[in-house]
Amino acid sequence: MKLAVRLRTKDGREPGLRRFGISSVFIFLILLALIVIFAILEGDAFLSGKNFMNIAVDASELLLMAIGMTFVIITAGIDLSVGAMLVLSSVVAANTMVSLSGTPQQVHHYVYPHQNVAIPVGILVGLAVGVVCGLINGLVITRLKLTPFIATLGTLGLYLGTAQILSGGVNVPYVPPAVQSQIGTRDLFGVLPVPIAVAIVAVVIAALALRQTRFGRYTYAIGSSAEAARKAGINVERHLLKVYVLSGFLSGLAGIIDLARFNTASPGTHTLDNLNVISAVVIGGASLFGGIGSILGSVVGTFIPAVLQNGFIIEGVQAFWQQATIGVILILAVYIDQRRKSAEERS
Amino acid sequence: MAEGRPGEGLAGTGKEPVLRIRGVSKSFGAVQALKNVDFEVYPDEVVALCGDNGAGKSTLINIITGVFPPDSGEVFFQGERVEFSSPQDARERGIETVYQDLAAAPHLDAVANMFLGREKYRRGILGRLGFLDHKTMRREAEEQLKRLKIRVQDIRKPVSTFSGGMRKGVVVARAAMWASRLIVMDEPTAALGVNQVRVVLDIIRKVRDSGIPVIFISHSLPEVFEVADRIVVLRLGQVAAELDPGSCSMDDVVAAMTGSTGGGRAA
Repeated sequence: MKLAVRLRTKDGREPGLRRFGISSVFIFLILLALIVIFAILEGDAFLSGKNFMNIAVDASELLLMAIGMTFVIITAGIDLSVGAMLVLSSVVAANTMVSLSGTPQQVHHYVYPHQNVAIPVGILVGLAVGVVCGLINGLVITRLKLTPFIATLGTLGLYLGTAQILSGGVNVPYVPPAVQSQIGTRDLFGVLPVPIAVAIVAVVIAALALRQTRFGRYTYAIGSSAEAARKAGINVERHLLKVYVLSGFLSGLAGIIDLARFNTASPGTHTLDNLNVISAVVIGGASLFGGIGSILGSVVGTFIPAVLQNGFIIEGVQAFWQQATIGVILILAVYIDQRRKSAEERS
Repeated sequence: MAEGRPGEGLAGTGKEPVLRIRGVSKSFGAVQALKNVDFEVYPDEVVALCGDNGAGKSTLINIITGVFPPDSGEVFFQGERVEFSSPQDARERGIETVYQDLAAAPHLDAVANMFLGREKYRRGILGRLGFLDHKTMRREAEEQLKRLKIRVQDIRKPVSTFSGGMRKGVVVARAAMWASRLIVMDEPTAALGVNQVRVVLDIIRKVRDSGIPVIFISHSLPEVFEVADRIVVLRLGQVAAELDPGSCSMDDVVAAMTGSTGGGRAA
């Protein structure tokens, strides 16, 4: 029996679109179509750079959480606690900033003698809260062996409840306005809002990490077959722990952005962030069964609802239509992805 | 296709065994899975391990690959007494295992699977950060597949798009790539079609010819006779017989497995 070697090597590039991307291309086309339609309908009101900046700033927090969620979903996990981690991080960061920047009397009169220390410390504490929350998620999943769905459903309650206890259920007052002016509404180089810059940096790092590094490779491997990963000598539990910590960190970062944009921490908001983030990642082509997903896809999946909402508002369509439309797109995206997959398996 | 190679690689040809197991016993609660087993693997041979379900094949394999230690007895690897603490430990010594169920990640391509857990990194600071050296890995994977004459549709497609035999080929090629001393194959042909079994048996021969001995476990006696240089039969946790496939029949093996009459050299 003579077996010929037939290896297709083509060029040196990594397979991008070919490997994960058919549905990514599809949803990218949807996004483009939306932009074209709104551009035709609304012209400059929609097409202006200023408007795109608004869309991007609005989407930045979801985008950060969607990056973490992409890693989580690729491992065949889920993180329902992202919005709760965002809220808890921003509440703790806000409380830290308020209590460190001056005496209660000073702060109540909007005097912040120590804000130069208080704000950076508050940011670090908020990020640390995100990391600790992610660590708890990871430990409950890997040590107590709870399914990610139940584990993070439980911690969602834990984190949100804690945030509401710490804040008394109301927006945290007396946050130094410098947080907003120096971070939340500041434009870098006069053009690039800080929330967008942070999101861009996170997207680039995450995309590189997912495609080019061992961290990403193990993320795909575990989601594809945890057993195969284990047999290959990969410490599956430790890697999952890192992935949930990443999700917590990025949620914490989103919490800081939220705090900086609105100059307060709002424990009553972000209750649907988890579902919005999950649907963004799934629209972006990730498979809830694991092993498939991409950062670029999740970025597009985050921007589709954002563009829709923006376009509808400018067009004067009730915002509720956005929610309904996204539901339909989600179903379509998953349906097309499944069709593609079963076609691939038949061939 | 080729029968076993009579005379070659049989115990007692004077070569030093790669692996030597002496008086190994193992119990699980009240069940004694292995009783005082002696077993050797010589360089350049395919040893088939046969036995009915519960004869102790898996227990012996698990001891050899470091899954658990024996209760008593000694394991010598390359002349040195060893006590593997984990499968990782055995792997670092050059023992690779091809598991019964496919140990491949279906969404990863052939290259990624062959280097899974042993990725190559770029040089310098990027490598420190965990950046993968895709080019080197692909080149080495191609070389390895070429060496074993394993044909895959597209080395960069997810292995889920491969046929069962091709996927097994990738897994075996991975084992052969990293096994410097010994490959253990636990029913590598289970659930494969006729042609795919041919491919896998062919690969096993190529691996042996490249100088790495193979322990081959199979329930299919025709496969055993096709590829093995020596047959060790386990029964009730003991070595029931050691047979030369060139000079015995399948009936002899069955007899040793079931204990009706001892074929060959009884232990």
